[in-house]
Amino acid sequence: MSAPERDPLTGQLTTGHEWDGIKELRTPIPNWWIVTFVVTWVFAIGYLVLFPSFATTRDFAPGVLGWSSSGQLKKAINAAGDAQAAWRTQLQETPLDKIEADDQLRRFAVAGGLAAFNENCAACHGVGAGGQIGQFPALVDDDWLWGGTIADIYQTIQHGVRDANPDSRQSEMPAFADILSAEEIAATTEFVLSLAQDSQRQTRSDLPGAAIFAENCASCHGDQGQGNPELGAPKLNDAIWLYGGSKDAIAQQIAAPRMGEMPSWGQRLDDVTVRMLAVYVHTLGGGER
Amino acid sequence: MASQNKPLGHAIIERSTTLLFVLTFLVIAIGGLVEVVPLFRLEETITPVKGVRPYTPLEQLGRNIYTREGCYTCHSQQVRPFRDEVERYGHYSIAAESMYDHPFLWGSKRTGPDLARVGGKYSNAWHVAHMVNPRDVVPVSIMPAYPFLLNKELAFDDVSDHLRALRDVGVPYSGPMILDAPADVRAQASGENADPLLARYPGAKVGDFDGQPERITEMDALVAYLQVLGTMVDFSDVRLDEVRE
Repeated sequence: MSAPERDPLTGQLTTGHEWDGIKELRTPIPNWWIVTFVVTWVFAIGYLVLFPSFATTRDFAPGVLGWSSSGQLKKAINAAGDAQAAWRTQLQETPLDKIEADDQLRRFAVAGGLAAFNENCAACHGVGAGGQIGQFPALVDDDWLWGGTIADIYQTIQHGVRDANPDSRQSEMPAFADILSAEEIAATTEFVLSLAQDSQRQTRSDLPGAAIFAENCASCHGDQGQGNPELGAPKLNDAIWLYGGSKDAIAQQIAAPRMGEMPSWGQRLDDVTVRMLAVYVHTLGGGER
Repeated sequence: MASQNKPLGHAIIERSTTLLFVLTFLVIAIGGLVEVVPLFRLEETITPVKGVRPYTPLEQLGRNIYTREGCYTCHSQQVRPFRDEVERYGHYSIAAESMYDHPFLWGSKRTGPDLARVGGKYSNAWHVAHMVNPRDVVPVSIMPAYPFLLNKELAFDDVSDHLRALRDVGVPYSGPMILDAPADVRAQASGENADPLLARYPGAKVGDFDGQPERITEMDALVAYLQVLGTMVDFSDVRLDEVRE
């Protein structure tokens, strides 16, 4: 190795190596690069010490800060919980039927209920709770399958309808195709259609389906077709038909009824959220006192 | 010149390929050992939790359909530990929940919502209506329609082989689980004679899933799979550190 010398053309030092008369200029890594390199090392070592970083033979090194993503989540949830704590406690402790009387509490419940509704309920009942014709009931009208008081709504949300949950609302309409003849079903359909016609109030009892209805249907749906929310038996004397109001649709529903199911939300949502949902749904327009 | 001085320091290594090779090997070996050995010493990299069981044959076939149709390209199956996700979807996903997933379907893109906890969120009828035409129930949806699932009979003659393959990669399917897999498919999709199935797969949801009790279609399998997602671990009133066995 020869001593480094200054290259006459560029004025730079050479490395001192020489291969067959060829010499190499010494162009070292710039200082800023070396400083950055050292800083990243210092940062990495600091990170290694402070945060969970490497596996040990039993678990992992937790880091001196004790940070964890689940711990961070817990903090965020607690902070949000603390910010709402006063409202949530009040919502939990106020009896259901008194919540709406308190303007501010109602506003809080409706806002939270709207958010939870759009995430959890709107898939079936629709955004705005208009329902889906032929599939899922509207919640904005006066027709309530299982009752429209706030306590009824709370119960339905909490435990669901025809769900596996033991407290779920249960009922089953028999398939009348096995019980009645096709003519009898047709006659009953005529009578059911007449229930909503005020003009037929006097004459409908003369229809051939009247006796069949009284014998088979009235025990659940009521003798005037007024329905029974205790059994989830829908009202038949109005123009609201979940599964269609045409003659065919009603006959089909008598012969082989479709019955909706609703999951029990009490297993998925906390009680305060279910209360907020009950208030929201109850204030949509059709809520009963 | 080099011949004038004895080589020193790094020059010694640079002039002997054998020495260079040996020392390079040592450095890489140390780095590798530090990373790998702790994992060898760990008995399990996944902390098992109560309630997680292998998929029933019907659920597994539904999972195959989910993979086949590419649902994972738009739906993730992983709730991350952030407040907005936890408040929307439920408890964040834990490793043990995917321990029997081959391949895992965590996904990396959410065009549609996360499905890690969709089980039990909607009724079977909703899933069927949604799959037949998503716009019928969610007007703004851009999801493709899958009405053909309702008409396609589920092929499950070879379901035992599927289970056997999964056993080979570590899913603890027992002999009876594999042999009786076709019977288990029929039992779960019909709800009849479901006791052996429920003994093997506790908490499995049984019954007709697609609204056609007389047939077992691909819709039955897919809905059965969707309805079990995220429901195996009961998070309702347990904290994660208490769930660990």
